[in-house]
Amino acid sequence: MIETYLKLYWEFFKTGLFAVGGGMATVPFLQNIGETTGWYTYGDLMNMLAVSESTPGPIGINMATYVGFTVAGIPGAVIATVGEITPSIVVILIIAAVLKSFRENVYVDRAFYGLRPASTGLIAGAGVTVILEILTAIQLMKPAAGEGILNRLALGSGAILNIRGLLLAAVLLVLTNWVKPTKGLHPIVFIGISAVAGVVFGFAGT
Amino acid sequence: MKQLWILFWTFAKMGVMTFGGGMAMLPILQREVVETKGWATEEELADYYALSQCTPGIIAVNVATFIGQKLGGVAGGIFATVGVVFPSVVIISILAGLIINFSHLAWVQNAFAGIQVCVCVLIANAVIKLLKKSVVDLWTAGIFLLVLAGSVFLNLSPVWFVIGAALAGILLKYLEARQA
Repeated sequence: MIETYLKLYWEFFKTGLFAVGGGMATVPFLQNIGETTGWYTYGDLMNMLAVSESTPGPIGINMATYVGFTVAGIPGAVIATVGEITPSIVVILIIAAVLKSFRENVYVDRAFYGLRPASTGLIAGAGVTVILEILTAIQLMKPAAGEGILNRLALGSGAILNIRGLLLAAVLLVLTNWVKPTKGLHPIVFIGISAVAGVVFGFAGT
Repeated sequence: MKQLWILFWTFAKMGVMTFGGGMAMLPILQREVVETKGWATEEELADYYALSQCTPGIIAVNVATFIGQKLGGVAGGIFATVGVVFPSVVIISILAGLIINFSHLAWVQNAFAGIQVCVCVLIANAVIKLLKKSVVDLWTAGIFLLVLAGSVFLNLSPVWFVIGAALAGILLKYLEARQA
């Protein structure tokens, strides 16, 4: 148990230290934690993200608490959250002490020129992985130990495309981007609509 | 000591009122921290926000640490930060416990299967929004595409991409400055 707690703290400490740009930026890190530890699947992570977006509190913290709870109950929820905020507290306290020189530091400015598109790229990569997982039968297979670092694509069982899911995704894309009366609405509205659609059309196939 | 508890409760209250991440917290902070309590000026809050977006970690947490440390030093930073995450820990623990208990029901599984599709769309929308701010020229477009392809096809921790991109940013801007 202690080992799980320590691992949980360390994984979330790394997430808090390297995820730049808020809650969504932690998703690729959480995905990586799920892959390497087997604590949860992509599907589990998507459910957690939906709940985190629909409840009060910063999304990144909600996600950390949720993952921690899934792995090790209430102590896990506390440990993961504390792990994620530890680097923030340390980094911000240091920056606050040298606020002026930090803002004017040319190296900080240059590093962020590269960091911003990389953070977007990591979130997009996480997006591609979950879209493949949820809307198609194409799977990204991780290499086994000693097989190098290259992932490969494989075809799972069942229909290649999740037609009902793709239709819902198309409707949601239009509603959130191009329909004036709906595009400014809070994500919780679309999560609600999708939950109802999932029940009515039996999305899980059960 | 009393001020530390006031910090904790004020930020806990703001944690409950925030719905949808760090950006959604800004208007609440403006009202509570600038107008009601007078803990920071509008300009200071804007500075803290800008810095919090480009430092590691959750934006709301970073802003809380900044304001807390301004009022109460290191202890103030810690109390404000723990305050802002406290409601999340309580609410999510209760909800997660409930969901685990009901997750075997067919309609719950169907609802979450629908919700997962929605989350795909929400991530795609977040990427589109971020692209406009982060991809500003050919070099940043290149970094974006390399990291995207690398994170899908390589079995590497995101940590390496973050470190690599920061070094690339320093190098590219240095070369640009030397040429100018």
